[in-house]
Amino acid sequence: MINEKPEFVDFAVTARKYKTLLTKKYLNRKVWVDPNPYEIQSFIPGTVLKISVKEGDVVEEGAPLLILEAMKMQNRIEMPFTARIKKINVEVGNRIPKETLMIELEPVNEVI
Amino acid sequence: MTLKKNILALRQKKAIVEKGGGDKAIEKQVAMGKLTARERILALLDEASFHEYDLFVEHEEQNFGMASKELPGDGVITGTGSIKGAPICIYAQDFTVMGGSLGLKHARKITKIMDHALKMKVPCIGINDSGGARIQEGIGALAGYGEIFYRNTMASGVIPQISVILGPCAGGAVYSPALTDFVFVVENISKMFITGPNVIETVLGEKISQEDLGGARVHAEITGNAHFYALSELECLDQIKELVSLIPHSNLQKAARIEPKKPNFKKDIENIIPSDPKQPYDVREVIFALADESKFLEVQELWAPNIVIGFGRMDGETVGFVANQPMYLAGVLDCDASDKAARFIRFCDAFNIPIITLEDMPGYLPGVDQEHAGVIRHGAKMLYAYSEATVPKITVILRKAYGGGYIAMNSRHLGADFMFAWPGAEIAVMGPEGAANIIFRKEIMEAEDEDAMRQQKVQEYIEKFANPYVAASKGYIDAVIEPGETRGLLLHSLEVSKNKDDYRPYKKHGVPPF
Repeated sequence: MINEKPEFVDFAVTARKYKTLLTKKYLNRKVWVDPNPYEIQSFIPGTVLKISVKEGDVVEEGAPLLILEAMKMQNRIEMPFTARIKKINVEVGNRIPKETLMIELEPVNEVI
Repeated sequence: MTLKKNILALRQKKAIVEKGGGDKAIEKQVAMGKLTARERILALLDEASFHEYDLFVEHEEQNFGMASKELPGDGVITGTGSIKGAPICIYAQDFTVMGGSLGLKHARKITKIMDHALKMKVPCIGINDSGGARIQEGIGALAGYGEIFYRNTMASGVIPQISVILGPCAGGAVYSPALTDFVFVVENISKMFITGPNVIETVLGEKISQEDLGGARVHAEITGNAHFYALSELECLDQIKELVSLIPHSNLQKAARIEPKKPNFKKDIENIIPSDPKQPYDVREVIFALADESKFLEVQELWAPNIVIGFGRMDGETVGFVANQPMYLAGVLDCDASDKAARFIRFCDAFNIPIITLEDMPGYLPGVDQEHAGVIRHGAKMLYAYSEATVPKITVILRKAYGGGYIAMNSRHLGADFMFAWPGAEIAVMGPEGAANIIFRKEIMEAEDEDAMRQQKVQEYIEKFANPYVAASKGYIDAVIEPGETRGLLLHSLEVSKNKDDYRPYKKHGVPPF
């Protein structure tokens, strides 16, 4: 499995860097990104059945945003906190993968 | 001469059933690049050693037009035989008979041979090549699977169980291999998954091929579900033969001893490891330099390659090797490496195989993905497995042994019987750079030239602590040894451990962090 002439890379474990090879699994690992509360992402792949808001709306916390059907379940996606709908990136009927940015929000007090 | 007539009738009856699904279905099987179930058994077992049972078993399903259907052997061949002289029980699903689908009688043939294996204390080998549950039989098929899983669990740790995936093995069926000790897969032939590509696409809209979802390579490299990966069925069968010759027939025995032969590895053991702890090397070369004939059967070679596990022989007797591999990810421990080693250690312990641990690792893999994947609970499996094991446990620290990883890699504190260290070993709470940064933080920050001060303090730390002598002074290391002495000492340690008797408190079973 090890190549004839492997190309070793620097790999930091705590304060020291080691020469080594990386595995495919390590290279494909999910790199952590701090979640942005103003981005509503799909938590599961599915189909957008209904959108209850439009861009520019100020929506109260807990109000329905859209219905995402996945695994034969109609998931009601709710507003996490009161904010304005900045952009809607999906349309009814769209089949979307997991972690698709569906709706972008912005604070209410921001002047447009 | 009526008996002669009966004999001829029997031969005729056998010949028909032995054809399985018939010429057309066999042609299809061959076109897929696959051997037939019978060919597989005959190629795996010693010549003329196979004896088949339950050849004339028939299904009893009446619904969905099944009453008129004849399924030779009900789609599975079962029997006993030997591999390199070792007695075994075996079953092979016959894809040419209704896609090798599992009905109740098919399952009962399998559970019968499993019961036999458990009673006779011989290994059980299952060759899987089946489209899954025979839908026409409904709940009967499910009952059959459940009865197989139950026996897999009962036999676990008593007899070695081997699964060979030579075709599809999907849905519930795939849990039987998962419960067994070793899973063999073949490129382009093995397909294992719980839900197949069709369901995944319908439900989630994700498009993926069978091969990308659950092909041989995926299970050998990504999931760790497979232990041995081959490019052809014949290569796979050779791997099984080699494994069977290295493991005992049951937990009541030791693996067969063979005439010992010295290692013949060309490199001097002193020249394998670079003295700079940052430089990589292939730890398998150390194993080659230590094991009889320099032979090593690696298990799960492609998955979590940052730890190496496998079987070799010392003085003709089987031992299990567990070694950090600096060639990959600097040899760190992570979720997969811990799972891989822990299961192997438990196999060795269950089957009376001494464990030799070769240690050179810088610690655990840092990362959000690791922490969120539960490296705490995965890493704990390894501590559990080593602590619990009562077979002879010997550790050689080759180079780095830092922090929690030092404890995890069969340290004295977890019950190692013998702890050796090479003179270049660094046994410390963490790497010298990290340790110096913490201990001498104030001095470094207050220095005019921070970098120079840091370098100086790192050097001080290396000289004082990054060596085997601190651990040796406390008796945590039994001996600091020259690399050239290692094989001799291992042979001696194994010899004096032959009658090892280790006490464990009574329990129904432990509760390992599964």
